Amino acid sequence: MTEKETWRFENSAQVAEQLAAVDYLADEAIASTVFLADRLAKPVLVEGPAGTGKTQLAKSVAELTGARLIRLQCYEGLDESKALYEWNYRKQLLRIQASQVGVGEGSSDWSELEEDIFDEAFLLTRPLLEAIRATEPVVLLIDEVDRVELETEALMLEVLSEYQVSIPELGTVKASQIPMVFLTSNNTRELSEALKRRCLFLHVGYPDVDRERLIVETRVPGISGELAEQIARIVRSLRAMDLRKAPSVSETIDWAKTLVVLGKETIDEKDAVETLHILLKYQSDIERASAELTGTRR
Amino acid sequence: MLDVLNSFIVELRQAGLPVSMTEHLDAASAIAHIDLVERSTFKATLSATLVKSEDHQAAFNTAFEVYFADRVFNDDGEVDENDVSGESSESPSDATGLKGPGRPMGGGGGSAMSAEELAEMLANAIRHDNKDLASQVAKESVSRFAGMEPGRPVGGTYYLYRTLRNLDLDSLLEELLEEQRAQGSGDAMTSLQERLARDELGARIEGLKQAIEAEIRRRLVEDRGAEALARSVRKPLPEDIDVMHATRDELATLERALRPLSRKLAVRLTRKRRHGRKGPLDFRQTVRRSLSTGGVPIDPRYRHPRPAKPEMIVIADISGSVASFARFTLHLVYAISSQFSKVRSFVFVDGIDEVTRLFDHADDPADAVQRINREADVVWVDGHSDYGHALKAFHERWGDEINSRTSVLILGDARNNYHASEAWVVADFQAKARHVYWLNPEPSSYWGSGDSIIGQYAAHCDRLVEVRTLRQLEQFVGELA
Repeated sequence: MTEKETWRFENSAQVAEQLAAVDYLADEAIASTVFLADRLAKPVLVEGPAGTGKTQLAKSVAELTGARLIRLQCYEGLDESKALYEWNYRKQLLRIQASQVGVGEGSSDWSELEEDIFDEAFLLTRPLLEAIRATEPVVLLIDEVDRVELETEALMLEVLSEYQVSIPELGTVKASQIPMVFLTSNNTRELSEALKRRCLFLHVGYPDVDRERLIVETRVPGISGELAEQIARIVRSLRAMDLRKAPSVSETIDWAKTLVVLGKETIDEKDAVETLHILLKYQSDIERASAELTGTRR
Repeated sequence: MLDVLNSFIVELRQAGLPVSMTEHLDAASAIAHIDLVERSTFKATLSATLVKSEDHQAAFNTAFEVYFADRVFNDDGEVDENDVSGESSESPSDATGLKGPGRPMGGGGGSAMSAEELAEMLANAIRHDNKDLASQVAKESVSRFAGMEPGRPVGGTYYLYRTLRNLDLDSLLEELLEEQRAQGSGDAMTSLQERLARDELGARIEGLKQAIEAEIRRRLVEDRGAEALARSVRKPLPEDIDVMHATRDELATLERALRPLSRKLAVRLTRKRRHGRKGPLDFRQTVRRSLSTGGVPIDPRYRHPRPAKPEMIVIADISGSVASFARFTLHLVYAISSQFSKVRSFVFVDGIDEVTRLFDHADDPADAVQRINREADVVWVDGHSDYGHALKAFHERWGDEINSRTSVLILGDARNNYHASEAWVVADFQAKARHVYWLNPEPSSYWGSGDSIIGQYAAHCDRLVEVRTLRQLEQFVGELA
């Protein structure tokens, strides 16, 4: 980082502004972290409850920077050949057979052939390598990184810290431009220290009332300010209750959309209780919440 | 600037946060990129580079508030000690001579404002959600009520308590709620509206409390310096809280930490089972895979192993002395119960009762634990722990159900009030069961002191573990399955 680089953002306020322009309302922590990710050229590890906009953040950043989004969805059993690269075995086989047919006794030029079949043309790029090789700006999203095994995590370390991939037969592929990298985690297991150390950490929690209201207003066109306010307040009350699964932001938005479709201007008790199943996913939660909201506490 | 950062990081490490050298460097280089005048940006920056787990955020926040309470950094990165907390000129606290080095730390009285005026100001701040007014109220009430004494090595909890007691925020909430009810257009508020209004006022009052806390902290820092104060306010991380001696707030923190923890454990255990070993060769799959490599079985496939799930019997002491501990353990046991083919739980004080059914019908372990405390029939004579009798009763009624696939887990401090130990029951468990574990929530240095007879039981247990914190509990359960 010796030469003068061109930054994507001027300051964190600008990040927040631009994110808002693509309908993502960032708080201070989110904006600063995205800003720093650009400045320090470090990946961001985003953690938090489901449905709080972790994945959306990466998408929105891609949108506002005009970058292509490359997504690696993690799952148990994800390995090198799915995350980094794979040799196109069948194509290589065909190439060998073709050379045998075409040349006849082509045994002398095996080394030539070997060089040939371990060429980039026979390489199947997977998301991580693709992001490194891309010449246009890209945003790499490694989704739900907590789902892969500890060993697979190690695969990503080289990409995350050096922005390069080593392929034994080809050498090292270095990134021509440094992509913005987002990793999301639902915290189903503790990620390794090595991974955490290489990332900036961002915890995205539930927004406060004002931000939630704004989110609802931006995401649900045609909603009245009063309804949005009420929704945000009810959701806050719900989150304060002792529920198995607190309503997430995306569920709040779904709920708001439903209420708009139903043509509500304000919510009364009956509407709230009748549509609670959109916000809450467990029967016991719904019962408890409606009892508390309507004041018929058990 | 780097010095301040350095001592801040030392403080974080002492609070138990694992801050590595790399992270320190990151933080240092990040600071170069931001505008230091913006305090919230500064905080977010440090948090993004130094804190790598949500559980540690609270500890970070405390340390940050102490270290960077009212310092502002100008562009040269020099610490500017000017007070910039916005004590505006018309702030009434100016009249009390709060500024200046020799100011009294909260001289009660002497203020130009009467108690009524303060109360009115407070009510207004809450009613209109006015942040500036609220911070004025915070300043004023701290200097009036907290009675701070310079130089005392305290963390400020007592000052906070004194201030809040004098403000009487609970009745303020009721008053304002009543006021809103009266304002409502004649008809009574529906209970939904009331609930929302209550939560809204509650949130505003919570904001005021935080302002007061910050104000107290700021004055303490002025008095004793950041490092000394940081030592006093340092709190254990959630996973290190001693369950037996946790305060109510700490218990709430623990409860929050427990939920993700039990989920994590369950995930880890499933994985461990699935990847533990390979099953026999799956011939069909292997042949099918070999087709793509010209019939050469390059990639052998194996059947997934289906290891037998062990049964588990949990026997927990729920007498007063270990109640909070038992509660947490029961939570956790149920979280991992999917890993066991059968979990049966029993609770005792001096009598014993089976509570498995209570967990079966509850979606929520918290409900179940409440019902256990209400419904379980565990008192035999006087409601003081009697391990001997409880174990004997268990042996009579359910002793036959222990077989070689069962693991027995006993939770308790083995403080037996000088009753007979009946340790032969545990010996009998050990002979019949796969494993017998004993979890003791007391520090191991107390074992065997007073009426603790853990030694007599320990001889017959496969393992005796000290489990005082979540961290220890997590470790034990991880090894168990």
